[in-house]
Amino acid sequence: MEIAIISGKGGTGKSSISAAFATLAEPVVLTDCDVDAANLYILFDPEHEEEESFVGGEKAVIDRELCTNCGICISYCAFEAISFSPEGVIISETACDGCHLCKRICPHGAIHMVDNDDSRLYTGSFRNGRMVYGRLAPGEENSGKLVNLVREKARKQSKAFGMETIIIDGPPGIGCPVISSITGVDQVVIVTEPSLSGLHDLERAADVSGSFGIQTRVIINKADLDEAMSDTIETWCRERGLAVVARIPFNPEVVEAMVNCKSISEWAPDSETSQILRETWKGILHGKS
Amino acid sequence: MTDHKPLKIAIASGKGGTGKTLVATNLFHTLISNDIKTSLVDCDAEAPNAKLFFEGKLEKSFAVTQQVPVIDENLCTYCGKCYEYCHYNAIFILPPARVIKVIEDLCHGCGACTVACKFGAITEKPMPLGEVRRYALEGSQSLVESCMKTGVFSPVAVIKAGIKEAGNGQTVIMDAPPGTSCPFIQTVDRADFVVLVTEPTPFGLSDLRQSVETLKRMKKPCGVIVNRTGLGNHALYDFLEQEDIPLLMEIPFERNIAHTYAQGRKLKDLDPAWETRFLNLFEKIILENGNSHHKR
Ligand code: SF4
Ligand code: SF4
Ligand code: SF4
Ligand code: SF4
Repeated sequence: MEIAIISGKGGTGKSSISAAFATLAEPVVLTDCDVDAANLYILFDPEHEEEESFVGGEKAVIDRELCTNCGICISYCAFEAISFSPEGVIISETACDGCHLCKRICPHGAIHMVDNDDSRLYTGSFRNGRMVYGRLAPGEENSGKLVNLVREKARKQSKAFGMETIIIDGPPGIGCPVISSITGVDQVVIVTEPSLSGLHDLERAADVSGSFGIQTRVIINKADLDEAMSDTIETWCRERGLAVVARIPFNPEVVEAMVNCKSISEWAPDSETSQILRETWKGILHGKS
Repeated sequence: MTDHKPLKIAIASGKGGTGKTLVATNLFHTLISNDIKTSLVDCDAEAPNAKLFFEGKLEKSFAVTQQVPVIDENLCTYCGKCYEYCHYNAIFILPPARVIKVIEDLCHGCGACTVACKFGAITEKPMPLGEVRRYALEGSQSLVESCMKTGVFSPVAVIKAGIKEAGNGQTVIMDAPPGTSCPFIQTVDRADFVVLVTEPTPFGLSDLRQSVETLKRMKKPCGVIVNRTGLGNHALYDFLEQEDIPLLMEIPFERNIAHTYAQGRKLKDLDPAWETRFLNLFEKIILENGNSHHKR
């Protein structure tokens, strides 16, 4: 069973909850799909058995020797990445989308493309199973593609090691990498927090998972910071037909656990938070809502 | 207040939820209530919510579009040149069956296929990517919101349009999108100074390292605000010292602060001293920005 844990936005405690689930269960394959800012590896310090590079995109580069500064390429680039400068025509590395058009039209063959292959995909073992995670080099696009690779790898690990449960810690937001993280999973868990923006982000996340028709559950984290708002969120969920499966109180021990590189279930297994999470996880695994 | 030229300040963080919007909205509020002409641009186009903190009248809104190709099947010879030119696999072609299609979701609007077609079979039409909204607040201040349509490939074009809408004549605060990928880069690329908001935890430090590395490569000056001090450990401060990055402000972890923010209110409602703190922050940013020592 593949379970994706997402949130409309970062900072809701999604990774801490994923970490707790990952250490509660039978051995699992833990997948960090937040390839922009993967950080579950900090808690779990996995053994890297495999490291693969991933070409996230390409950038155009001008060969000064061949360029005549005719400026033709400037008018063709739809991303305004090419401009005149005192040193001659230049391409902005940050603005270039890698579309190849300038290379094709330059009459002097002065442009070539170079690969960005700084992104990585890691596979290894951690204390409760296998772990797969990606790391996108800064400024790279194609995070959706990297997420797909990470998930493919996770499925192979699941087969090879006989670990049936795959936990996917998804990226924040509602863009392409999130869609890549939830397509084809069995369940989505949205983590939210009791604030106006929390509700707003939840709505957007629920729209995305709803549009895929995946069974979706909601966890309200730090619920006691604003009980009234938590109630509002719960009502909203009920109207949408979404089950709120847990209200987790704010607990500084979660941060303490993290500072000590542990999940809350490892750090304080008897705390209220850990107990709620244990029950919630059981419910998720057994399909109860 | 120090004399200064209009400054573009990006408020960013490696990851969402570190308090970036808290800082952006409170700084903005402080500046406008002190008559410093400022615009706030919400560049978190995937989930904009700075507007929740202000009362404002919608003054203007416009769609941000991208050009996508339209293929005239009567003119098409199925030569496949456009397919060859499209680097994003957005054109689907089956010459024997005389089928050609544009997959709009994959199209980046680069225009290569239009250049490729020697038979005049391709024209372009605008496709909506999202919307930019400008809200008028008190005085001549404004809040600009970039909002991406669900399912669109990348928010970058909508973000750029939002920043452009804010103009150049005054101080601009940009509430940057999370992460260090394209949307983040496109936002901070347009800033004079970047404020990174982080937390003193291992996750916070890991995200901060990545952001700092990126900003160094881009040669952007930056400073750090540590949020939720008191939770977590000291490793973050050691990192700042070691990297010679100015610590601009600290915000303690207090239930009250979280609660005030969650309700869409400002910190000065909690304690008027916050207004002075945010003014000091602004002074520090101006100073640091003029301090070439920190220009990286
Ligand atoms: S089209 Fe080629 S030769 Fe002309 S300015 Fe561009 S790179 Fe240089
Ligand atoms: S590859 Fe495309 S985006 Fe990059 S500079 Fe050339 S034309 Fe512009
Ligand atoms: S505009 Fe560019 S991305 Fe879109 S179909 Fe044409 S070649 Fe492909
Ligand atoms: S390049 Fe023009 S003629 Fe050739 S397949 Fe594409 S649209 Fe048809």
